[in-house]
Amino acid sequence: MTTSAVPAPRRGSAPHLRVEELRVHFTTTDGVVRAVDGLSFAVDQGRTLGIVGESGSGKSVTSLAVLGLHDRRRTRISGRILLGGRELVGLPEEEVRRLRGRDLAMIFQDPLSALHPYYSVGRQITEAYRVHHPGAGTREARQRAVDMLGRVGIPQPARRFDQYPHEFSGGMRQRVMIAMALVNDPDLLIADEPTTALDVTVQAQILDLLADLQAEFHSAIILITHDLGVVSQVADDVLVMYGGRAVERGSVEQVLRRPQHPYTWGLLSSVPSLHGDADADLLPIPGNPPSLINLPSGCAFHPRCRYADRNGDRSRTQAPELRQVVERGHLVACHLTEAERQRIYRDEISQVGVAR
Amino acid sequence: MSGVVPERHARSGQPGEPLLRVRGLAKHFPVRSGFRSTGVVRAVDGVDFDVRPGETLGVVGESGCGKTTTGRMLVRLLEPTAGTIEFGGRDITHAPRRELRPLRQDLQIIFQDPYASLNPRHTVGRIVAMPLQVNRITPPGGVKARVQELLELVGLNPEHYNRYPHEFSGGQRQRIGIARALALRPKLIVADEPVSALDVSIQAQVVNLLRDLQRELGLAFVFIAHDLAVVRHFCQRVAVMYLGKVVEIGDRADIYERPQHPYTRALLSAIPDVTTLGPAGRIRLAGDVPNPLNPPSGCRFRTRCWKAQDRCATEEPALTPRDGGRQATACHFPEADPVDRAGPPARPGGPG
Amino acid sequence: MLRFILRRLLVAAATLVVISLVTFGLFFAVPSSPAKVMCGKNCTAEDIAQVEARLGIDQPLPRQYTDFVQGVFVGRTYGEGDFARRCPAPCLGYSFRNNQPVTEIIAQRLPVTASIVAGGAVIWLLLGVTLGMVSALRRGTVFDRAAIGVTLAGASMQVYFFGLILLYVLVYATGLLPFPSYTPLTQNPLRWAVGLLLPWMTLGFLNSALYARLSRAQMLETLSEDFVRTARAKGLSPRQVHLRHALRAAITPIVTIAGLDIGTSLGGTFITESIFGLQGLGKATVEAVQFLNLPLVMATVLLAAVFIVVANIVVDVLYAVIDPRVRLN
Repeated sequence: MTTSAVPAPRRGSAPHLRVEELRVHFTTTDGVVRAVDGLSFAVDQGRTLGIVGESGSGKSVTSLAVLGLHDRRRTRISGRILLGGRELVGLPEEEVRRLRGRDLAMIFQDPLSALHPYYSVGRQITEAYRVHHPGAGTREARQRAVDMLGRVGIPQPARRFDQYPHEFSGGMRQRVMIAMALVNDPDLLIADEPTTALDVTVQAQILDLLADLQAEFHSAIILITHDLGVVSQVADDVLVMYGGRAVERGSVEQVLRRPQHPYTWGLLSSVPSLHGDADADLLPIPGNPPSLINLPSGCAFHPRCRYADRNGDRSRTQAPELRQVVERGHLVACHLTEAERQRIYRDEISQVGVAR
Repeated sequence: MSGVVPERHARSGQPGEPLLRVRGLAKHFPVRSGFRSTGVVRAVDGVDFDVRPGETLGVVGESGCGKTTTGRMLVRLLEPTAGTIEFGGRDITHAPRRELRPLRQDLQIIFQDPYASLNPRHTVGRIVAMPLQVNRITPPGGVKARVQELLELVGLNPEHYNRYPHEFSGGQRQRIGIARALALRPKLIVADEPVSALDVSIQAQVVNLLRDLQRELGLAFVFIAHDLAVVRHFCQRVAVMYLGKVVEIGDRADIYERPQHPYTRALLSAIPDVTTLGPAGRIRLAGDVPNPLNPPSGCRFRTRCWKAQDRCATEEPALTPRDGGRQATACHFPEADPVDRAGPPARPGGPG
Repeated sequence: MLRFILRRLLVAAATLVVISLVTFGLFFAVPSSPAKVMCGKNCTAEDIAQVEARLGIDQPLPRQYTDFVQGVFVGRTYGEGDFARRCPAPCLGYSFRNNQPVTEIIAQRLPVTASIVAGGAVIWLLLGVTLGMVSALRRGTVFDRAAIGVTLAGASMQVYFFGLILLYVLVYATGLLPFPSYTPLTQNPLRWAVGLLLPWMTLGFLNSALYARLSRAQMLETLSEDFVRTARAKGLSPRQVHLRHALRAAITPIVTIAGLDIGTSLGGTFITESIFGLQGLGKATVEAVQFLNLPLVMATVLLAAVFIVVANIVVDVLYAVIDPRVRLN
């Protein structure tokens, strides 16, 4: 996994997935939930974008919206989702359905509940293959599924083809999910907390597997997680979400090594690490994540931000735009001036915790 | 948290009787099919450790290693199958409920899911006061004053005394659970994954709170967690469990800097750490944890171990102290070098 | 699978033995001697003793039970000489009130009840489950709201009330249907069906309401499952998602309840039978209780138990067919 310093799209090839000003709002009895509120990002073929955020940051809703899996009756989507140049927002359900599982696929957090308990894993994989290959016969589909099971590292794939999800261990089940997602060779794979339900030694295997498969299939991957450690391992680019918006975006180097947003600082100094002074206190972010129904005015992070009052009233009244900072491709949504941010980072943040 | 860190209570090497002494502790769950018993799951299978007053012991391991079962036996939510638990010099392994009651004051538990462990129909005041009432204790100044003092101690607004659990966020609920555990001024708290259900920013708040309380009140902890990084920030001693056994135990520095058991090394190597970009350490274990219904013979870790030899299949390694006694490892071929964070071999074998 | 069924059968057999012992105990739970009840008011002690001998209840208890069990398997003869009554296997007792073995009575009554239940069940399963599924898939629409309203009304309606309304509207007021009657299926299938249409509708519609509500709730729960989301993420058509993935999982609890409902109903549908004047098992049971016709009471209670036990086995087997996790355990 290279950590190129230039995350910008390569010249000549447009990014495979481009999301612009995405808004996902749904109505509930309590009010309108602004789950995603003006989000833009892009992923290239062969690259991995890590979307990081706490619960309620809108990261999972984003992935469901890209796949068109949201409840169409309750949800309002605006903005653009361009997949290989094709606009998905506003596309009829039937056409989105033909893309799902073929051009873009998804794996989920808990493989046990994400697989149907009553069907053999082989049947579930062949089903995914045949729905997009109507001409494929039973034999061909079976062969393809067995190949995929072998490819994701399941021993004796032909025998395990006929077994049911509950006969697999947690890690093997997630491999099955990956095999199913990749059976049609999609160009975009969205992995929503793919290792959160797994043990740490198994998590390491699955992350390796995803990286290997990406090298082989050259697909774009969006990895959604709350775990900064996972992102630091596999992502090329990172998007940090808070209250349905992007607060910081850039290469993994930029965001995790030279973070510029106070929320990212907070996250990094909250995470316990295997290195550094174990006796030093963690520096948590005060308060709680906001409610998406009733987001704070201005910058959604301002009630928890140590530096919010340095801008007079601006943090409270005006939502900051995502703007490029010093380095190319590194974007931050914060009212602090460049100089102020650099100074705070140098004097306060880089000294402590993980964000050294 | 600022200021001088007070002198640790009972730091390593300090003499004195352990507060908690566990020997050969085991829990076997029978597996039934119809009316016949078809086997036993040896969830915990002979575990030894001590916890001194004011000491924090972390118990870590992957799913199925028996860490939660161990914690529940310590507070007698589960009846041990074998072994002894001594608390404050008294054998409480099979003490009847009536005798346990005074002891409950000294020994409390905090659960993983803060919401499930709080009665939704009771106010926070009532929840926190419950241990006092059950034990018929009236603190000087009255129950309400004591409860408000506790709420303040855990960083909650004492005026929220009359609110219900659903009005609080996840982190605040965990604080309520902590306040309840502190109500009787216990000497030891068993904390079962107390922060794993919380968001990262909230997790740090609760870890810091527990650290402050531990120092200020001189509490001993058995801190059960799967996250080795959290344990490193909270615990002075660490026990690593695998399939019902303690495979390694030692002081924090021993476990994190000089782990001797291959499994401890693999665990540390597998953890994705924010401080390193790119793939984590080089040790990759093959496959998943074996089924505890049918654990491997000899050393239970041998099926995933890159150092395993014939002897490991036939002879079970004992937890043997090395280097003068504070660190003990159950391995026939322990590692000797300090960990280089990358670990010895390069990804032995594929998954399987 | 075979072992699974065998094990269930063994448990069922044990259950039935216990139930037979309990029902057998019924004989001795009634306040006065059954012989006295049977014999009437003007009986001498001698008469009673005679009746007791005929019934076999002068024997010690264990002997009576073994006689009973023997009767079930090889048949038995009550009384001696001119009074001897032959009760062929499977003999569940001999009703002196009706002067025939209870099995004969049951053989006459059971087909009536079974016919009512069979038709009713077809209606309630097809109509109820379909209605529930459709309204779950169209949650929040006018159709769904209407279905919720109608099924709530149906679920709170009583059989006798609804039955009488149907009877009035379809028979007395309009004459669209003849008054219900029972013709054996083997004799004339058309008349069988026409004669039972009203009880079928009564039982079927009312239970449909319950099944629609149950299926709707089940289906809604299943639709929110992760595996349904996975099925959609694969790009399956809504039809495939709903039928192959959601319905298959939602149907499991419905199978359980339907099995038990059918099993229970086979033991007698007294109210339906009474409203439409059909001589079914339910009516026979209630009459037997009224007249303290103990051999018949015992037999019908035992039979109802058998139906429930058998329904349980069928449900278990169906479960194993539907859910592979059950199969392997």
